[in-house]
Amino acid sequence: MKRWIGAAAVVALLAASAACGSDDSSDKASSGSKDQTLTVFAAASLTGTFTELGKKFEAEHQGVTVKFSFAGSSDLVAQIQQGAPADVFASADTANMDKATGDDLTKGDPVDFATNTLEIAVPPDNPAGVTSLQDLAKPGTKVVVCAAEVPCGAAAQKVEAASKVTIKPVSEEQSVTDVLGKVTSGEADAGLVYVTDVKAAGDKVKGITFPETTSAVNTYPIATLSGGKHADLGKQFVDLVTGSTGQQVLADAGFAKP
Amino acid sequence: MARATRHVGLPRWVFVPAAVGALFVVLPLLAMLDRVRWGDFLGLISSDSSVDALLLSLRTSAAATLLCVVLGVPMALVLARTSFPGQQLLRSLVLLPLVLPPVVGGIALLYTFGRRGLLGHTVDVLGLQIAFSTTAVVMAQTFVALPFLVVSLEGALRTAGGRYEAVAATLGARPTTVFRRVTLPLVLPGLASGAVLSFARALGEFGATITFAGSLQGVTRTLPLEIYLQRETDADAAVALSLVLVVVAVVVIGLARTRATP
Repeated sequence: MKRWIGAAAVVALLAASAACGSDDSSDKASSGSKDQTLTVFAAASLTGTFTELGKKFEAEHQGVTVKFSFAGSSDLVAQIQQGAPADVFASADTANMDKATGDDLTKGDPVDFATNTLEIAVPPDNPAGVTSLQDLAKPGTKVVVCAAEVPCGAAAQKVEAASKVTIKPVSEEQSVTDVLGKVTSGEADAGLVYVTDVKAAGDKVKGITFPETTSAVNTYPIATLSGGKHADLGKQFVDLVTGSTGQQVLADAGFAKP
Repeated sequence: MARATRHVGLPRWVFVPAAVGALFVVLPLLAMLDRVRWGDFLGLISSDSSVDALLLSLRTSAAATLLCVVLGVPMALVLARTSFPGQQLLRSLVLLPLVLPPVVGGIALLYTFGRRGLLGHTVDVLGLQIAFSTTAVVMAQTFVALPFLVVSLEGALRTAGGRYEAVAATLGARPTTVFRRVTLPLVLPGLASGAVLSFARALGEFGATITFAGSLQGVTRTLPLEIYLQRETDADAAVALSLVLVVVAVVVIGLARTRATP
């Protein structure tokens, strides 16, 4: 029986290690050659746009590979504070960028390059008949929002306060993608997500705009990092994002100008 | 069953990787201890949300363990004491959650019991609301913890063998009596350690819960979810709560060891 417990423990360990993806961003450009790897840490909501911009950047720069790490901005800042080798950091809010600048981890001042606002996402058939922010407060409507600890939750609270609507959510999720997941799977009647998330989800959700959304505008800053090894390349990537090409890609995805 | 084996010396080199392995496990825990801000420790772990999360975790894990015992004991009996075509396959399937990433379990549960899942309509007709409820947390925990109980108990049953049961049966005991008076007492230590393992697994459940049940203070936000959320804003609180979970885990393992070796 001991053997079985041992086997179970081993299996559990294996399962645990399988569950934890490794994010080694350590394969540095092979020294001597011209091949360089630019490492960009970007907020999860930038996954689509930055992947596209990364390809454009690689096309324009021979021998350069752009590697992305997409995660929650606070996760990324924590990793940068722990010495993760990143050249560029794009945050989904100013609060997390402030943490980086506060610790002198950025080179120069961060530049705001996009803004994002909240929108109501409902399943395509809109089972609860939601048409306004006020509808989210109706009893029986299953609303999912982000927890106040993450940027999209802070934005939701601001919107609630400004519109004097009190939403009683059935769940306060960890990230905006979790909120969207609960809506696309039909578990929730409505969720508060970003305009860009609704756009990216295509016809899996329906977006409902509401006037009160202007009370919470999320600003996205970008900066090169002092711990990075490719300062010039990093600067050029920032220029691409803030330049006309980058702004067009971001606008297409639903981001607004800062 | 345990034959007295003479102690044979181990090759010396074995101790090096063994020590590295032990360090690999222990060092991160020590590093965490180092990070705990002891001055604020009590304040950090006694906030409303932390206490709610701890109580919810203990409550749901206890419920999940009970469910594991109720469902797992018959499952182990069927697997250990009968044979039928496809049994091997069934055993593999039942033990699948052991190796499955919990998120996958959560997705599977969602598409079974969710509002638009396989049984969603049935669940609705019965007037049950599983999504976003504490029930969903218990279901997620049971899903991932059940195989632990089945594995330990099936092992215990096979080790104990069927001789005493056969004797009891020839003496005229009905199957239920044999189970109650012979089988159960024989495998009780195995059942106990299996239950403790299940409890520990349920307590640590994260992936299936966040996918299937959501996260709301006092309803579905268990301690692991609270730790993950606190980490966003308050790393000190996350570390303090992690330590609470480590202490609970150590106590649980201690209990399992004393029970398993009476």
